[in-house]
Amino acid sequence: MQALYAQLLVGLINGSFYALLSLGLAVIFGMLNIINFAHGALYMMGAFVAYFLLNLGGINYWWALLIAPVIVGIFGMILERTMLQWLTGLDHLYGLLLTFGIALIVQGLFQNYFGSSGLPYAIPDELKGGMNLGFMFLPIYRGWVVVFSLVVCLATWFLIEKTRLGAYLRAATENPTLVRAFGINVPRMITLTYGLGVGLAALAGVLSAPINQVRPLMGADLIIVVFAVVVIGGMGSIMGSIITGFALGVIEGLTKYFYPEASNTVVFVLMVLVLLVKPTGLTGRAA
Amino acid sequence: MPETAIADAPATKAGTTGGTILEVRNLEAWYGESHILHGINFDVKAGEVVTLLGRNGAGKTTTLKSVMGIIGKRAGSVKFNNQELIRAASDKIARMGIAFCPEERGIFASLDVRENLLLPPTVRAGGLSLDQIFELFPNLKERLNSQGTKLSGGEQQMLAIARILRTGASFLMLDEPTEGLAPVIIQQIGHTIARLKKEGFTILLVEQNFRFASTVADRYYVVEHGKIIDGFSNSELAANMDKLHTYLGV
Repeated sequence: MQALYAQLLVGLINGSFYALLSLGLAVIFGMLNIINFAHGALYMMGAFVAYFLLNLGGINYWWALLIAPVIVGIFGMILERTMLQWLTGLDHLYGLLLTFGIALIVQGLFQNYFGSSGLPYAIPDELKGGMNLGFMFLPIYRGWVVVFSLVVCLATWFLIEKTRLGAYLRAATENPTLVRAFGINVPRMITLTYGLGVGLAALAGVLSAPINQVRPLMGADLIIVVFAVVVIGGMGSIMGSIITGFALGVIEGLTKYFYPEASNTVVFVLMVLVLLVKPTGLTGRAA
Repeated sequence: MPETAIADAPATKAGTTGGTILEVRNLEAWYGESHILHGINFDVKAGEVVTLLGRNGAGKTTTLKSVMGIIGKRAGSVKFNNQELIRAASDKIARMGIAFCPEERGIFASLDVRENLLLPPTVRAGGLSLDQIFELFPNLKERLNSQGTKLSGGEQQMLAIARILRTGASFLMLDEPTEGLAPVIIQQIGHTIARLKKEGFTILLVEQNFRFASTVADRYYVVEHGKIIDGFSNSELAANMDKLHTYLGV
């Protein structure tokens, strides 16, 4: 039984990263119509920025949670202004190829300087240790990652679905020309949206640093699964990406306990099944 | 300065017309490779309701979109309160006080009625309050929490007009507000336009429904093949009826 709970926890943690990453992908896809293949590389950059902040600047984990998403978000906004904005109105394939290329370049550069093995990032003192819950032992840092990710996901959902700024965003996703003709600076909003999505990826990277170490290919390994999550959940829905992210993490964890051989493929099998039954994804709208 | 007088337009609040507020000269516009407008010239004075008439595909909607800055390629001159708009982005144009209600109404499906209504930002003081808007369109008040596109066609049209009245823009461009609506609703929209004119709004209207236009317009321009080929005031309407029938092919 202990092993089952442990796998469930691992599933929830992976689910947290899936949710944070697929949420950003969904927001970016909605607004920019771009399938952001650079997402994994930007997640990795978040972890590296946290590493640099700690080892070069002595800036701790808590500040890194704030600073790394901002720095990587600014990097993302520069990418959007200088490159992605020129793809408006072109086929999805162009955005996919461009961001895939960006991901390869960024990952290649980091690999060149830092190799492929992981750099250690210590769990902050406040979150060290564990708690005995009676039925299982819970490492505090892992519990923190799950709870914090959930809070960030729900805050993002609230921002997009319940605020005035979110109403601009949803409206501009539907009809950017008209929203602009109402006096809203849509190009600037698109840049900020990309920054927000990228910032969420970087935040996930910081959260992951103490668990998975800081590696140039950490994002490349994760992003393939995240894309499957996005396909299953459907691109259009914010809550859909959050729920699907956590749910698939848990399903993966359960598979690891009951039938470990399938744990690496279960997400993709589900993806195939969902695509056969509902090609727009579980919560997606028809394009 | 005369332009300040026009901008503030104290005279228009009484429902009379003032100086020229919109001046369009040699306006040309393209959709991709196709050249749609071939030199449009017309004026709108503060406080007027001016209607562009013409057959399908004549270039009426393109004219409105060109003034609003949402046509990719345009040339010539569009001056609003003496400020040149031809190179301005549409968000800047909106902020100068021009509001546009598109033919397809543009109600957002992912927003409820309240969010649709509150979407356009206030560009200057003097817009209608929500209470005034609900007085004009009582139906909307009862449907505030419905999804925008769940409204009937008439209610969607009212919502599309209502949301641009809040912004403080005093120059409204309405593209075929009566299209596809029942006579009783067309009548309600007619009353609304008359009321807005009384409140001092300047309105540039595109209409296929000539009978409707004749109940609200001060002046008409006839658009054909991307040019203005004629123009007359409402008082000259009777004398121009035969010509008009030929122009519009009705």
